[in-house]
Order: sequence, then structure tokens, then C-alpha cells
Amino acid sequence: MIEPDGPTPTHKVTRGGTGRLGDRLFKSVAIAAGSTIVIAIVLIAVFLLIRAVPSLRANTVNFFTSTEFNTHDASHLAFGIRDLFMVTVLSSVFALALAVPVSVGIAVFLTQYAPKRLARPFSAMVDLLAAVPSIIFGLWGIFVLAPKLQPFASWLNHTLGWLFLFKQGNVSLAGGGTIFTAGIVLAVMILPIITSVSREVFRQTPPAHIEAAQALGATKWEVVRMTVFPFGRSGVIAASMLGLGRALGETVAVLIILRAAAKAGHWSLFDGGYTFASKIASAAAEFSAPLPTGAYIAAGFVLFALTFIVNAAARAIAGGKVNG
Amino acid sequence: MTTAMLDPPVKGQTFHPISFVRRTKNRVATSLFLTAFAIAMVPLVWVLWIVIQRGWYGVTRTGWWTRSLQGVLPEQFAGGIYHALYGTLVQAGVAAILAVPLGLMAAVYLVEYGTGPLARATTFMVDVLAGVPSIVAALFIFSLWIATLGFEQSAFAVALSLVLLMLPVVVRNTEEMLKLVPDELREASYALGVPKWITIVRIVVPTALPGIISGILLAIARVIGETAPVLVLVGYSRSINFDIFHGNMASLPLLIYTELTNPQHAGFLRIWGAALTLIIVVGVLNLLAAAATRILTARR
Repeated sequence: MIEPDGPTPTHKVTRGGTGRLGDRLFKSVAIAAGSTIVIAIVLIAVFLLIRAVPSLRANTVNFFTSTEFNTHDASHLAFGIRDLFMVTVLSSVFALALAVPVSVGIAVFLTQYAPKRLARPFSAMVDLLAAVPSIIFGLWGIFVLAPKLQPFASWLNHTLGWLFLFKQGNVSLAGGGTIFTAGIVLAVMILPIITSVSREVFRQTPPAHIEAAQALGATKWEVVRMTVFPFGRSGVIAASMLGLGRALGETVAVLIILRAAAKAGHWSLFDGGYTFASKIASAAAEFSAPLPTGAYIAAGFVLFALTFIVNAAARAIAGGKVNG
Repeated sequence: MTTAMLDPPVKGQTFHPISFVRRTKNRVATSLFLTAFAIAMVPLVWVLWIVIQRGWYGVTRTGWWTRSLQGVLPEQFAGGIYHALYGTLVQAGVAAILAVPLGLMAAVYLVEYGTGPLARATTFMVDVLAGVPSIVAALFIFSLWIATLGFEQSAFAVALSLVLLMLPVVVRNTEEMLKLVPDELREASYALGVPKWITIVRIVVPTALPGIISGILLAIARVIGETAPVLVLVGYSRSINFDIFHGNMASLPLLIYTELTNPQHAGFLRIWGAALTLIIVVGVLNLLAAAATRILTARR
């Protein structure tokens, strides 16, 4: 109780000290930094669209269904993304199909099998894969891996050629510059991200579940199947989506590996061509005239939208629990 | 009251041995998990081995670290990658100078002030930014900085796009580290009448500093090998250019990409030498990150 004749407070007491000048300034700076990130994303979408729309208006073929991508004549632009979409999706999904089982296996091994003391260095070794720059994976893929894969690729082509995935593609099989090679390299590149997210989810499996399964006499594998997998399912799906997002946008490794093809591909792993990202990068040196450049920016916007959807889906599935 | 004797219970075997099928499944599963790990190690060891084996000759030549390729013919193996190393370090350095304060403050905002729709939007956008492919970041900077604002292609434009790629890594890592700081520290500081912002600057951030610094170094290591932005935003130069705002500037990835069209053996040596140099740079950054955590944590 303040005495009636005692000193009256000269300034208002506020919660959390927000009344002070320093506090107000600091808070504004913090809010500004947060807002900058929000604004940056909005600007990305806006500026890509601003540059893309004039070219899309000048386009003489259907943007979504044409396989052509001809921007040499600015007065007669003809560009469509069907082939880019095919190569991008096929290489990424193939990479995902290879990487997910291996990553889940590694995550189980690291969280359930590896001795506690070794789990950390082993995890660090898998994370090292993410530290290798993508251009080096590209060099390795085309110069080292592709020649080694060549016999296996032609064997697949001979024996399973009746399946659309393995039929003769539109580039030379001997060169190795195929979606097959690119997909395997992409799989290696997205392996660490899928592994680390799955690992974190598996680690959170409630010990009570594991102990309950053990008390029922379950073997180690049954423990994993009955407790770890059901608990981690949504996390693994989210991890795969994040990996897919990475693979869709990977640029230079794919650019180095894939050979250009004269005609459009037909969903064969032995096709060549360009992904969205590698198409843009391949033409980057010629970005001068606004209209042709806009064509590539339009392709870039589609890639942005694609990765946005895939990543948002990953967050939605995991409920914002994943980091990667 | 009857005292009839109950039959003694028929005792079965208490423990059944695990059936053959279950044992086999267990063994197969164990070996598959182990194999998965082994599979991941194959490309890691293979890539490192190839890069060291093929790049060793290049990086051990005199002048590799101190000379540029000015006046060197494509078929001649001479000069070095000094100009490209400078470009790589400077582009990543400028990006870090811009991204670190911004990312740090954004993380402070999210952890210390963040409530309501703006904080949710920021968290979401950080996630979105983390998923933006590097080529899209490069195209954005191209549309904004070069096509709209009319600046020329330069190393600074590359740094701007690297900022976009570094930001989410810095924000997320700093966020995690700030969350680890116990609330008791903040409360003790408030109880002494210290304003909130001084609490953050003097108590919270220093406590989390080792983790924050190591995260920043890892973020730099992550963007330093990025090739897509340099392909779009700057031209290649065979000689040194110190000016980040004007002219072409080489960087290690750009040098590798350019030398890919050189069919000579010298091109081969330069490609793998530059690849090994890049691996060494990334390796040093990773080691520094580990050392930062260890030294700064041990100090207190």
C-alpha cells in the first residue's frame, strides 16, 4: 500500500518493460527482421510473375502442353514446360524411390541398433554427405558413376525394355547422361535430409511403447515394426516430401549429368533432357533480352510453385514438427 | 467347509523359444538396417576418394593457391585458383555479413517476442524459404536487382541470392539455440530490473553464442559451394577482380563449370583440383564450427 502522502510513481509500470525506449526500439528491429523474411517470399513470387507475364503473353504455343522450348527469336517465342516437367518429376520421384528405403533403414539403425557411443559419429558421417557441394556430386555422377552404371543400365534396358520406364530413351545409353544416372545421384544428395528428419522422429518414439512391446516378447524387428514405424510414419512422409523438394530444385548436378535430347522424352529412365532448374541454368549466360529471359523466369515460377506445394504438404503432414 | 484337494495345475513350459521364422525375420531386418547404413557410406567414401586422388596433383602445384589463370592457355597447366578462391570466400562472406544480423534478429523476434499472426507467418515463411531452390533465389535476384533496378551482374548480386539461402538456416539454428536458454536466466535478469532488450543482448544471446556461431559457420559451408546463383548472376573471369560491385568474378564452382568445356588434360586437372579446394574449404568451415562449439563452451 502506498501511503497517501508518500511518493507517487512518476512513470507507469508496464508489463515486460515494453515502455522503455530501448525496449521499443529493439522490439521494432526484431519485428522488422521477421517481417523482412515474410516480405522476401512475397517479393519472390511478385517479381518472378512480373517478369514472366509479358513472355507468357507473347508465347505462341501452350505453356503447359508444349514440349518445345525455343526462345531464340524474341518475336516468335515458343516455350512449353511439358518435357521439363516430365524430366523433373521422373528424376525426382526415381531418386525418392531409391532414397527413402535406405534413409529409413539408416534412421532405424542409428536410433535403435547402433551403440549409443557410436550413434553420434555415425550420424555425423551421414550428415557429411549433405556438406559435399552439389557440383562435386555432378562431376562424380557423370565422370565416375555413369561409366560404372553403364552395364547395369543396358542390362535393365535389355531385360525390362518392355516396361515404359526402361525402354530406349532419347539419348545415348552409353554416355550415361540419363535420368537414371541423375536420379541415383539425386538419391545420394537427398539421403542425408530424409535420414536426419526420420532419425529425429524415430528418436521420439515413447520408451513406454518400446518397453511394452519388449515385455510381450517381441524381437527387435517386431519392436521396430510395432512401435517405431507406426509412431514415425507421418514424420517419414514429411521427410520424403522435404527430400522431394530438394530433388525438384537441384540444379547443377543435374545440369552436368543430363545430356540434351533432340526430341521430347516419354517417361523412360533412359531419357535425357532438362529439368526446370537445369534448363534455366543452361541458358543463364544468355539472359539479356527481357522476353526470352521471361520464358525461363516463367519456368522458374512453376518450379517455385512446385517446391512450395511439396514443402507446404510436408509441413502440414508433420504438423510443423520437422526441421530440415 | 470342504477340504478337497485341488488338482495341481498343469505347468506348461514358461518360456517358448523364439520360433525360427521370427528369429530369421529379425536377423534379416538387422542386416538390412546395417546394409542401409553401409550403402550411404559408399558414395561418401567414393566421392571423397576420387576428389582427393584426382585433385591432389593440382592443389600441390606451386602457385595453385597464389596465382590466377590470367594469360594461361586452356591446354597449359599453370597458374592457380587464387582468383576463384577469393570470389568464393568474398561472396559467401558478404552474404554472411548481410544474413547474420537479419537472421539473428528474426530468431530473437520469434523466440522472445513472437506471438500472433506475424510470428506464425514468419515461421511459415522461414520454412518456405528453406525449400526455395537456389536457382529460384538466383532468378529472383536477377528479376529484382538486375532486370528491375538496373544494376549490372556482379558478385554482390550473387551474395544477395546467397543471403536468401543462408537466412532460413541461420534463423532456425539460432531459434533452437535461444530456446535452449533456461527461462530462469531471463527471469533472474528481469527481477533485477534489467530491461528486456538488455536481458536479450547481455544474457540470452551470449549464453547461446557457441551454438549460434557454429550454426552460422555451417550455414556458410552450406552456401559456399552453390553453383546456380553464380551461373545466373555473375560472369566468369580468368583473372582476379577485387571489386564486388562491378565486373566478372570467378568462384570455385564457376571455374569448375567453365573448365568442363575444356577437353584438355589441364582442364581435367583444374576441375578436380578446384573440386578438392572446395572440399577443403567446406571441411575447414565444418571443423571451425565444431571447434567454436567446443572452445566457447569450455570457456564458461
